[in-house]
Amino acid sequence: MRFGVVVFPGSNCERDCFHLVDQVLGRPVRYVWHQDTALERVDCVILPGGFSYGDYLRPGAIARFSPVMGAVAEHAGAGGLVLGICNGFQILLEAGLLPGAMLRNRSLQFQCQDVFLRVEDVETAFTRLCRPGQVLKVPIKHGDGNYHVDPEDLAARGRVVFRYSEADGRVTPEANPNGSMANIAGLANLEGNVVGLMPHPEVSAEEVLGGTDGRVLLESAVRYWEERGPC
Amino acid sequence: MLEDRPWEAVGLTEEEYRRCRELLGREPNHLELGLVGLMWSEHCSYKTSKVHLAKLPNEGPGVLQGPGENAGVIDLGDGLALAFKIESHNHPSAIEPLQGAATGVGGILRDIITMGAHPIAILDSLRFGLLEAPRNRYLFAGVVAGIGWYGNCFGCPTVGGEVYCEPVYDGNPLVNAMCLGLVRTAGIIRGRAEGPGNPVLLAGAPTGRDGIHGASLLASREFDEKAEERRPSVQVGDPFLGKLLLEACLEARDTGLLVGVNDLGAAGLTSACSETASRAGTGIELELDEVPRREPGMTPYEVMLSESQERMLIIARQGGEEVIARIFRRWGLEAKIIGRVTADGMIRVREGGRMVAEVPAAALTREAPVYHRPERAAERPVLDLGALPDLAPSQAGAWLARLMGSANLASREWVYRQYDHLVGVNTALRPGSDAAVLRFKDRPGGVAAAVDGNGRHCWLAPRLGGALAVAEAARNLTVSGARPVALTNCLNFGNPERPEIMWEFREVIEGMAEACRALGTPVTGGNVSFYNETLGQNIYPTPVVGMVGLLDDIAHVTRQGFQSAGDRIILLGRTRDDLGGGEYLKLAHGLVAGPPPGLDLEAEVRVQALCLEAIRAGMVRSAHDCSDGGLAVALAEMAVAGGEGARGLDVDLAAAGGSRLDTLLFGETPSRIVLAVAPAAAEGLLALARRHGVAAVELGVVTDGRVVLRQGGRTLVDEATADLEAAWKGALPCLMAG
Repeated sequence: MRFGVVVFPGSNCERDCFHLVDQVLGRPVRYVWHQDTALERVDCVILPGGFSYGDYLRPGAIARFSPVMGAVAEHAGAGGLVLGICNGFQILLEAGLLPGAMLRNRSLQFQCQDVFLRVEDVETAFTRLCRPGQVLKVPIKHGDGNYHVDPEDLAARGRVVFRYSEADGRVTPEANPNGSMANIAGLANLEGNVVGLMPHPEVSAEEVLGGTDGRVLLESAVRYWEERGPC
Repeated sequence: MLEDRPWEAVGLTEEEYRRCRELLGREPNHLELGLVGLMWSEHCSYKTSKVHLAKLPNEGPGVLQGPGENAGVIDLGDGLALAFKIESHNHPSAIEPLQGAATGVGGILRDIITMGAHPIAILDSLRFGLLEAPRNRYLFAGVVAGIGWYGNCFGCPTVGGEVYCEPVYDGNPLVNAMCLGLVRTAGIIRGRAEGPGNPVLLAGAPTGRDGIHGASLLASREFDEKAEERRPSVQVGDPFLGKLLLEACLEARDTGLLVGVNDLGAAGLTSACSETASRAGTGIELELDEVPRREPGMTPYEVMLSESQERMLIIARQGGEEVIARIFRRWGLEAKIIGRVTADGMIRVREGGRMVAEVPAAALTREAPVYHRPERAAERPVLDLGALPDLAPSQAGAWLARLMGSANLASREWVYRQYDHLVGVNTALRPGSDAAVLRFKDRPGGVAAAVDGNGRHCWLAPRLGGALAVAEAARNLTVSGARPVALTNCLNFGNPERPEIMWEFREVIEGMAEACRALGTPVTGGNVSFYNETLGQNIYPTPVVGMVGLLDDIAHVTRQGFQSAGDRIILLGRTRDDLGGGEYLKLAHGLVAGPPPGLDLEAEVRVQALCLEAIRAGMVRSAHDCSDGGLAVALAEMAVAGGEGARGLDVDLAAAGGSRLDTLLFGETPSRIVLAVAPAAAEGLLALARRHGVAAVELGVVTDGRVVLRQGGRTLVDEATADLEAAWKGALPCLMAG
């Protein structure tokens, strides 16, 4: 299974995602330039975190017009895997590949801290190795992660995959770091091949960084792809 | 009249004007005088500090680049090196905190990039007036937001720092930013305009009218009632452009076509051209018409003095310019030839085919005036400890909680939570412990960094204070598992035209130099910020030490928090009756009086050597420097930071030293370290301490839930860890909420 990490001007987690796939998982990976119009030799495309186009206008609002986003939509439509992390998630929302929108954090401040995520859906390509209700410790680092969505729109186009929770999995207001509706931290499209989340699994993929809970997302993707077989 | 006294408009003295005329052999024109005024400003020329800075040791086995370049560089072995530097952005931040702090971060990042390095971490050292005043809260919130805005967007983690609040920083906050970067030893680039005929390119953002006279009028003068009017002198940052500039520079570096690179920061093109030429013994001829501009109608004076951010001066190999320009275009940036390197040592500026300025590079740099300013020793208040009532045992617990919740000792989580401290996936020890540690991806070890400085100590006893700052920075690295290697310093002082300030400055430097030699940590560069005076009030002399250390094995990373109940708690070093200059003395008695705790450098070296050996031998579970707030605060912090089931302690301090209760609990005697070790390792550790000649006593054990401090059977403190944590964590958010 081959990974691609998209580089937008202002992306800043692309090297971290590359490192995760290349050094931690030991899988083939290459960078994809924002002006590329095709995703050749890529089975799973990662839209990394950062501040694409400086977050000008609105996080993700300019990046969604990048030439590569047409290819990403096509890839998703053809059943290819797409993972949007933080700014990558925001871009997926702006591009309409996932429902909803982001507001400023309730604190009106950037927040960098560990959070706990309860896995709500183990049927997606990126969570199939999780147990239902499993709790993952993964850090967030964002200023605009306050997720909002029209419930009907969500029901029609998406599935909730992660919610901010306590360490024991209880979903409480106190566990919600940014004001997100219903503690939503990540979601998938109905097909489960496109997943976006605000927390950064690439930062919790090695013991030396404080934990390895984040690995399961990409390990799930690899398993999914192997079971599905080459298309 | 301006015509009569042309030097005044550019911040020069009449004497300096005469020197300028002599060096040129004629009257300078308006533009030339501007260039000279800028480069001879205190900020650019170091004319007052130079003679004293030379006393700092700057050589060592691992030093690849000492002072005089954009950053210092130390060797990490196997072809890898570490570039690092600290800089101040005090006055801009006082006027416009968000942009001032942000551009401070942007500037230090570019300093590291110019060396050919990839930035891996930022630390920041901040000082404000008391947070009870709304203006200081505004400055603090703005500065933190600015640092976060730039670093977070740029994608360099802000991993550590320090914050202190004292009335003397009212209206004159300090914002010092340090950056570390990794570079292949073979790929180190220097800020040198080598090779006559080579093209000089201006890369990055276009040039605008912002930041004109930032270096001369903002950074090199004290503040008066009109400080607010200087807001237009503050630069405006764009971290997005900064990130693009980084990527383009790294890509261009790898082509091997870069001869020299220099940041355009203070004094813009003027400084970048004259410094790169001066270092290489060459000249530069500029065609100003070629400088990409943000707005029409800019005069040559404005173009040469602009401090527009996110720009770099690149000296390229002849014929390489097109390849470089193509790389920058790919990142949406311009890199345009604006001149050539020449052989004759002159900085020539042409516009519209006309020569508008012609000044020797050396006159702007090496031949700037040098001053031996007069000094006068100052009397500072001295504490009469005998006359001070001791702390009543019944009050010990309340005072511990009070100190934990004081602005200077409370948790900094409110600050570092606003910084991305994880991007880069190297952060092995996050903010909140004694130092930050970044792992190396391609080898087993890592690098640790800490910033330290105690203005109160330095005001009370400058020489001792300077030495204490170096010792504490080194101790913070040591307890985190790293061997201290080298440092960069940011010297924040008042108005050097006052003899007392000059005395403080020289004393601090000499104290730092002594400690640097004892600890084997050379100074590879830094920055001096004078004129931190507002309406006649000078700040405390505040040298900030940014030290780096190395870990051979990342498994040596050691945290301050307790790991498991039952571990034995051991104090290294002796506690003396030291209350001078301390937090407790100030809070409990309203006194700022000295002298600060004395420092025995030999004892300091021994205790650090012991600690590091014990960590490397795998004997240590937790380690914490014992400094601000003393032993009781250090112990409580270890409990609060403890892991599940290890958030408490039960110790007897009878053997710790100190003949008074206040000095025992809250005295700030340096050269002390608190360790927690597995029960089976305790005996071995005490034996090792004996071999190193270090006093070591076992105080008690790690427990859970409560902080219990006894003295010979008498209970002094028995507080729930959760209550202390609430006071400690709640203080800053509460203060900032007003």
